[in-house]
Amino acid sequence: MKKIVLVGNGMVGHKFCELFSKHPNRSEYELLVFGEEFRPAYDRVHLSEYFTSKDAEQLSLAPAGWYAEQGITLKTGSLVETIDTDGKTVTTAKGACIPYDFLVLATGSTPFVPPIPGKEKKGVFVYRTIEDLDAILAHAELIKTKPDASATVMGGGLLGLEAAKAVMDMGLESHVIEFAPRLMPRQLDEKGAEVLKDTLVGLGLNIHCAKNTANIGGNGSITHLEFADETKLATDMLIISAGIRPRDELAKNAGIETGPRGGIVADHLLRTSAKDVFVIGEAALYQQNIYGLVAPGYEMARVALGVIMQDAEAKTMPDTIDMSTKLKLIGTDVASFGDAFAEDEDVRAIVFHDEVAKTYKRINLSPDGKKLLGGILVGDASDYNMLHQIYANGMALPPTPEDLILGARGGGSVATSVLDLPDTAVICSCENVTKGSLCGFLDDGSASSVADLAACTKAGSGCGGCKPILTDLVDRYLKSQGKVVRNIICEHFPYTRQELRDLIVLKNIRTFDEALDQVGNGHGCEKCKPPLASLFATIYMETANPQAVIQDTNDRFLANIQRNGTYSVVPRVAGGEITPTMLIAMGKVAEKYDLYTKITGGQRIDMFGAQLDELPFIWEELIAAGFESGHAYGKSLRTVKSCVGSTWCRYGMDEAVSFAIELENRYKGLRSPHKLKGGVSGCIRECAEARGKDFGLIAVEGGYNLYVCGNGGARPKHAELLAGPIDRATAVLYLDRMLIFYLRTAAPLVRTATWLEGLEGGIDYLKSVVIDDVLGLNAEFEEEMNTLVANYRCEWKEAVETPALRSRFQTFVNAEAPDDGLGYVEMRGQKMPVPWS
Amino acid sequence: MTTTTPDYRTVEPADVTHWFRAGQTHQFPAGAGATILYQDRQIAVFYFARQDKWYACQNLCPHKLENVLGRGLTGEQDGVPRVACPLHKKTFSLTTGENLNGECPPVALYPVRVEDGYVYVGFAD
Ligand code: SRM
Ligand SMILES: Cc1cc2nc3c(=O)[nH]c(=O)nc-3n(C[C@H](O)[C@H](O)[C@H](O)COP(=O)(O)OP(=O)(O)OC[C@H]3O[C@@H](n4cnc5c(N)ncnc54)[C@H](O)[C@@H]3O)c2cc1C
Ligand code: SF4
Ligand code: FES
Repeated sequence: MKKIVLVGNGMVGHKFCELFSKHPNRSEYELLVFGEEFRPAYDRVHLSEYFTSKDAEQLSLAPAGWYAEQGITLKTGSLVETIDTDGKTVTTAKGACIPYDFLVLATGSTPFVPPIPGKEKKGVFVYRTIEDLDAILAHAELIKTKPDASATVMGGGLLGLEAAKAVMDMGLESHVIEFAPRLMPRQLDEKGAEVLKDTLVGLGLNIHCAKNTANIGGNGSITHLEFADETKLATDMLIISAGIRPRDELAKNAGIETGPRGGIVADHLLRTSAKDVFVIGEAALYQQNIYGLVAPGYEMARVALGVIMQDAEAKTMPDTIDMSTKLKLIGTDVASFGDAFAEDEDVRAIVFHDEVAKTYKRINLSPDGKKLLGGILVGDASDYNMLHQIYANGMALPPTPEDLILGARGGGSVATSVLDLPDTAVICSCENVTKGSLCGFLDDGSASSVADLAACTKAGSGCGGCKPILTDLVDRYLKSQGKVVRNIICEHFPYTRQELRDLIVLKNIRTFDEALDQVGNGHGCEKCKPPLASLFATIYMETANPQAVIQDTNDRFLANIQRNGTYSVVPRVAGGEITPTMLIAMGKVAEKYDLYTKITGGQRIDMFGAQLDELPFIWEELIAAGFESGHAYGKSLRTVKSCVGSTWCRYGMDEAVSFAIELENRYKGLRSPHKLKGGVSGCIRECAEARGKDFGLIAVEGGYNLYVCGNGGARPKHAELLAGPIDRATAVLYLDRMLIFYLRTAAPLVRTATWLEGLEGGIDYLKSVVIDDVLGLNAEFEEEMNTLVANYRCEWKEAVETPALRSRFQTFVNAEAPDDGLGYVEMRGQKMPVPWS
Repeated sequence: MTTTTPDYRTVEPADVTHWFRAGQTHQFPAGAGATILYQDRQIAVFYFARQDKWYACQNLCPHKLENVLGRGLTGEQDGVPRVACPLHKKTFSLTTGENLNGECPPVALYPVRVEDGYVYVGFAD
């Protein structure tokens, strides 16, 4: 058994272990790993996410116990201090001396800290490890108490900008200082850097280029920076991100060849100058360069492992390494690939610059115009993946190459689709997965989604940059095979919601049983009952009463079930406007039935803790006081949130409350694939958060802007502008059309934002339907909405007034009694169910 | 949560010592469940109208020990009748009592008999 010793348990070291564990010759080797950090390898690429998640677990690259399970010995918190290349041993700081047959150095790099006086002051940090981030977080907490606390990042490169955005998101005023005259000097040309700077300034970052820091000022803790041009910048924290220095001290002391500016010299097979010693990752100096990205590091791990394990066809490193990058997490798109500058005179550059939209795109073509040499994308990098593929695979360009960044004019399709790429095209460069291997898994049926592909190949699990192209590949591949993914309801109804809707209308089906008999199989289940109930509601404006047994639990009893099996009662308070008399009436009911009360997030009042048999009595009293159901339980219109608008507010452009009430009353009771919420704000200050709703109206000069398809919740999404400025009547008309279109075509439990995401053509297509009537269905949509509005009934009223419907509100069939076994505890003067153990 | 949990145990038809009269058939919803009280126990009774079949199980959901199963949606898959708890949608087979989509303990089942328009649930005590 041969022994491999690996020094360094960072991202590349970990990749080496992973490849090792799966290697066919694995059993002939033993692997011992030393890592200086105290935790096993984690995902440095996504380090900035730690600021929000504060969960180191989420960054871990392997589950606890993985190394042991693979039979790999991992010693964390263990620094290797010396190498004896003749005796073939390494010695750790703790004094252990370990022999090796093969030694792999994956020692990575450290942040470069320029020798500026004051760099040891409190409040000066680097940005590389979880511990660095913990220290930054702790310091930020300290300085946040100070008014206008600020943080500065030294270095306007890839990492520096990411760090600056992260501290800005922590609520600190954030500055970037860059030595060069422009941002990202290594990736962007002058114009591109200027556009990026404008955008970042617009996002709230302060950017200072051509700044040479001469001193870090402050008495013990940093208070300001002094520059060579004698200007100063007050700041309470400094994060240095001025480049990396490979960790080559271990190799150097052992007499292994290193480069004049650092880095352990490696050949095509990652061999160093010492026998059986290899180097991989950021510590390696290959072709006179250091590569600060994971993809080349992973490739090095692959090559070195192949040599050590004597693969029959061990690969060698390519001569040139692709350093194309797409920036993440800075609030705007930036990418550069290939030869971004192409200073050569013959090179043909095509440049597109939109000053308003703040986008800048540049592609560099070979003099004959046939090959793409590289390019820069700022503000909109949606073309990045495709351009990068064309570049990386040396593909021929279309006759009008400008289409690549402008989009095809005249309706034709843009040059290349992912399906046109050669099989050898590397789609995921972190995991080195080719299009051919991905299609292989799609072909043999082992994968039919991006998630499946990730499970088969790990594609997309590294930096994640390839996810858009992976999604595109899956979609186009499935479509090309005629395998359009159909979202069928369940085994009882093998149709999509839209197909089922058409069948119900066509055959005039009125009940769930008729539907089963005429178009379904078997007897139904909890999956198909609620969507059918929703269809009957949207087609015939049927309330949840006549077919109560097929309604989802909450709709069946017209109230929301709570964790102890009791219910909550939420009357409609349209637009959030309520008179004192109505408030008192509601208070009296709550008091009488001993209900816990709370103001909801939807501008109304929730009363909790009613037993099933109490519901009709509570409603009766509320109805008598002028209330009706708020449909808080249904997949239906909830609330239309309002701000006070011009009724009282000094900035109001229109009576937002009146319009919100009008809209809430128009769409109340409307059942839909998922819940629907609206908002109306009286001016662009947007106090009603209208853009966080399925439909939002914002009063502006000349009318209202109408936004659609937004939501809060777990995946917040701002609504997009459908039209504006338009008057109220036009807004209602557009909304009627858009809502019916949504009601008809969305799958069950798909909210408007997700629905829009899935609409081919997106918001532009929706505009063409709702405004330009491309489907020719608008008249039908309007009539349908008017019929639904005319047929609205309060379903609480219907339930309490009809004995046959009311009888379902009984706690026990065989006893008048309520459930007296419910336990409550007191909390701030109200009752609360006993917590779950 | 109920203060004390009564003892729920499956009763096989052969072991029934007492057929408890729970109510008239029309008092139970067709195609769903309702709840009855027997001594200190709450029992959920389901009528699958399309198949004309009756089932009963404990009303207490084993997941969080709340008395709610009688208000859950019912259905069948591959011919197995089942109920989905209204709180977190754990589903339970009404022929074996087992939890079909999780690791919850099974629910206790009780035989149901219908005679002369009355519904009877079988108990062994
Ligand atoms: C009561 C209330 C919280 C409160 O005390 O303030 C509430 C309570 C519930 N919300 Fe909510 N949400 C409430 C306002 C909101 C808001 C704020 C708003 O409406 O402005 C949001 C974010 C806005 C949005 O919806 O986009 C909100 C986003 C959600 C979501 C996430 C939806 C999404 O698309 O991601 C869910 C889950 C779902 O619907 O699938 C949810 C689901 C729920 C459910 C129904 C969960 C459940 O099944 O038990 C809660 C039960 C309500 C009950 O028992 O009465 N609730 N919920 C609020 C009732 C508002 C009302 O008057 O009707
Ligand atoms: C915030 C941030 C964002 C990034 N974003 C991207 C990105 O979007 N895309 C991308 O491709 N790359 C990105 N990178 C770069 C990427 O993380 C690195 O290229 C990669 O981590 C290099 O891996 P490595 O294993 O060579 O080095 P490291 O991950 O630095 O690992 C080296 C390890 O060796 C240990 N070590 C060193 N010397 C010894 C010794 N003598 N004994 C024992 N242990 C030792 C070190 O403590 C360290 O744990 C980012 C980096 C950072 C910090
Ligand atoms: S949105 Fe504008 S008009 Fe409405 S309350 Fe806020 S500031 Fe006033
Ligand atoms: S309490 Fe029944 S599923 Fe949670």
